[in-house]
Amino acid sequence: MRQAYRIIPIYTADVSGVCSALYELGGMTVMHDPSGCNSTYNTHDEIRWYDEDSLIFISGLTEIDAIMGNDEKFIHDIEEAASELKPRFIALASSPIPYMNGTDFPAIAEVTEQDTGIPAFAVPTNGMHDYVRGAGMALAEIAEHFVLPGNNTEDELPENAETAAEDIKEVKDKDTAGKDRNRLVNLLGVTPLDFGPLDHAESMKRSLEKYGWQINSMWAMGDTLDQLSKSADAAVNVVVSSVGLRAAKVLKKRFGTPYVVGAPVGLFTEKLSKAMEEAVSNELESSCKQRNQSVVMASGCQKRSELTKAVYTWDRIAAKHFQSNNDEKENTNQQAEITLIGEPVTMGSLAAAIELQYGKSVRVLCPLEETEGLLAAGDEAVCGEEMMEEKLKDAKIIAADPLYRPICPKDSRFYELPHIAFSGRIYLKKIKKMPGFADLI
Amino acid sequence: MLRRLGETVNPEGAVIAIKDAEFPAPFASELEFNSPVHGAWNIVHTGMQVPGAHQIYVCADNCMRGVVLTAAEMNAADRFSFVILKEEHLLNGNLEDITIEGVSDVLERLEKRPKAVFLFTVCLHHFLGSDLERIYGELEARFPDICFVRCFMDPIMRKSGLTPDQKLRLSMYNPLKKGPVTEEGKRRISVLGSDFALDETSDLKRLLRCNDYQVKESPSCETWEDYLALSDCRMMLNCYPSGKFGMEWHARLGRPSLYLPSCFGYDEIVDQLERLSKSLDFLGVLDYEGEKESCEEALHEAFLEVGDWPIAIDGTFHPRPMGLARLLISHGFHVERVYLDAISPEEENDFRWLQQHAPELMLLATVQVKMRVLPRKTEREMLALGQKAAWFTGSRHFVNMVQGAGLYGFDGIRRLAHLMIEAAHEEKETPDLVIRKGWGCESCI
Repeated sequence: MRQAYRIIPIYTADVSGVCSALYELGGMTVMHDPSGCNSTYNTHDEIRWYDEDSLIFISGLTEIDAIMGNDEKFIHDIEEAASELKPRFIALASSPIPYMNGTDFPAIAEVTEQDTGIPAFAVPTNGMHDYVRGAGMALAEIAEHFVLPGNNTEDELPENAETAAEDIKEVKDKDTAGKDRNRLVNLLGVTPLDFGPLDHAESMKRSLEKYGWQINSMWAMGDTLDQLSKSADAAVNVVVSSVGLRAAKVLKKRFGTPYVVGAPVGLFTEKLSKAMEEAVSNELESSCKQRNQSVVMASGCQKRSELTKAVYTWDRIAAKHFQSNNDEKENTNQQAEITLIGEPVTMGSLAAAIELQYGKSVRVLCPLEETEGLLAAGDEAVCGEEMMEEKLKDAKIIAADPLYRPICPKDSRFYELPHIAFSGRIYLKKIKKMPGFADLI
Repeated sequence: MLRRLGETVNPEGAVIAIKDAEFPAPFASELEFNSPVHGAWNIVHTGMQVPGAHQIYVCADNCMRGVVLTAAEMNAADRFSFVILKEEHLLNGNLEDITIEGVSDVLERLEKRPKAVFLFTVCLHHFLGSDLERIYGELEARFPDICFVRCFMDPIMRKSGLTPDQKLRLSMYNPLKKGPVTEEGKRRISVLGSDFALDETSDLKRLLRCNDYQVKESPSCETWEDYLALSDCRMMLNCYPSGKFGMEWHARLGRPSLYLPSCFGYDEIVDQLERLSKSLDFLGVLDYEGEKESCEEALHEAFLEVGDWPIAIDGTFHPRPMGLARLLISHGFHVERVYLDAISPEEENDFRWLQQHAPELMLLATVQVKMRVLPRKTEREMLALGQKAAWFTGSRHFVNMVQGAGLYGFDGIRRLAHLMIEAAHEEKETPDLVIRKGWGCESCI
């Protein structure tokens, strides 16, 4: 039964994703929840909580307020806190009970914004989806409302971002001078949930810089809202985890900025860099068309345009095996030599890097919800513990979070790849001793 | 990297002198902050104390995350399972079915059948009016060899009814059976309701021992059968406020019971010990005057060592922070601040006493939003009694304990005095210690 879990935990939820994505941006995030959301988030999922202040609170929703629909108290409490703490924006996230009650969060955000003059938005979470969705929607809101037109774009300021925009415009004009825009890149989808501490995430910056890229902003670790607001200056966006995909689409729509999907790691970085260059020179589309013919049909269920933007899905050994098995109408159970479990973009990129370096076929099992266009042929979306256990039955070499170990075959070789979005802070000390993502192999 | 946001925020609303504070709620109920201090136990820790029991939660991802990782961090993932609820289960109105089938599926897949299952239903079951009788009836029919304990994780009720912690302490003694007391049981006293066994030197244990009674405590039980034997006793005691809600089971079991909460007032301690002595027709009692004298000596010794330290206390350190502040202030200690969000009705007298005798004592909220940004460093390092007091004051000199641990009576006061001296002399790794969940439990982080 896919809902029943015997021994492994669950990935952190959409509400925590929102908080993690917005943590460093100077806003105030309020979870409309009775009690546990904040403790859960800050204890297990937020490695910055002890040392770095961020305005993240819960409403302390009570039974009587939920039943009576007392949104007034919620609004009052938000406005009271905002008037004292003066956040750059207010983000509202919902949990199961307000979702069930049909609480009108967009309306509450609008009222709050009118009353306080502080930009406010609702992120439609309900505590029943994984972090990718929550963090992705939160970053998309930032992309929608706070990114200013770049030097080479012609977008108008969004109506509800004027206050914030005035503050940051001056900084933008000053900082982007002198940079080669064609080598300017934003990394989208960077949170500790997928990448751990900041220095680990920054390994991706260093890695791309070696290929001549300049990192304009990292969404959203290590950079301020001011820096993110200048994202339209970049020539290309790189979606380094599925968390960044929604924001990439918004930035593409608003400013026409092209994007590619993949995280720099090992030998795959060179390939990613080339795809970024193709994107900048508008050659990506033609390259994609060629790849559509050779790769996309193998998966059979992927959207062409999305798949081809996922650079790590190109020319994968495991995909070729998969395709060849299909072509020969043979049993398709022939498995890749190595199995990775986790978030599709990071694990897909790692799979590509391993294949390039060692020539071994690698498949990705993705237990998260949002996989459309992010998996290569041969990779699989897996739902629930029982299905995962089944898929792992014949796996010989597995790299995954250590908490997957109990459902892996006893005779398999297991490599620990701690993932905060799954095991929380349990392996944080181990993570800190590991190399950053880009230097994993 | 340490980044602070609000050095200039006005503390009003989060900090108040006790003379101006209202009882029992000194601070307004608004948005809430949660500090990174996690030593206080939650329902997972408490439930894990029941040997042979397996916990199963049925809730949404977000609510599940905290409890499942609590179990994992205490190396008890193999005693924890869950069933995830999605939108369709709410909209289709089949929460009962998904609960029954999910729990059944988990139980079928477990390597070993548990003796008991602590099944936690949640706010969603409550709001949708789920038929809990049907759920438990069906599960009991399917698994007649398992004792299903009705547990709740419904924090939405915490301000208008019992908290999940209180409800658990009400539920967890449900499996105890009423029956004749054995000869051995007639010389046994069971102590229930607390997460911690009393110290061996505690007044209660000394008093019971010198009158030939054995003490059996729920945290010390090693098997399910051992746990069930808690009801085979002459009397049941509870020393922890949240455990009071389990007292009604004492009545169901037909055993006499006493609520003897750990406290810091000499008169109250004597009163409690006297009540116990009279109830059991004790032949021997403690030398109360001698006990008091030795407490005075211990407190004096502590005063000589730490009397010049400013002291901060927090509400997770002991259920009686007001009583503790009163004891220390009345012995000359410089208690500067107490961190808490509400005051227990049991502490009204101590609160009033402090208003009169220490009117400038500062009360500080722990969940008020400004506590996220107000300075967490004091001019002079404080001696902190409790993890939150240590974190909020930035102190590395603190007594690392929660919920009163095993302290009780005169002995508890002497132990406390000793712990304060120790804390003043020894620097602790506050950032590493206070973030660990469930003080006293295993922690793999």
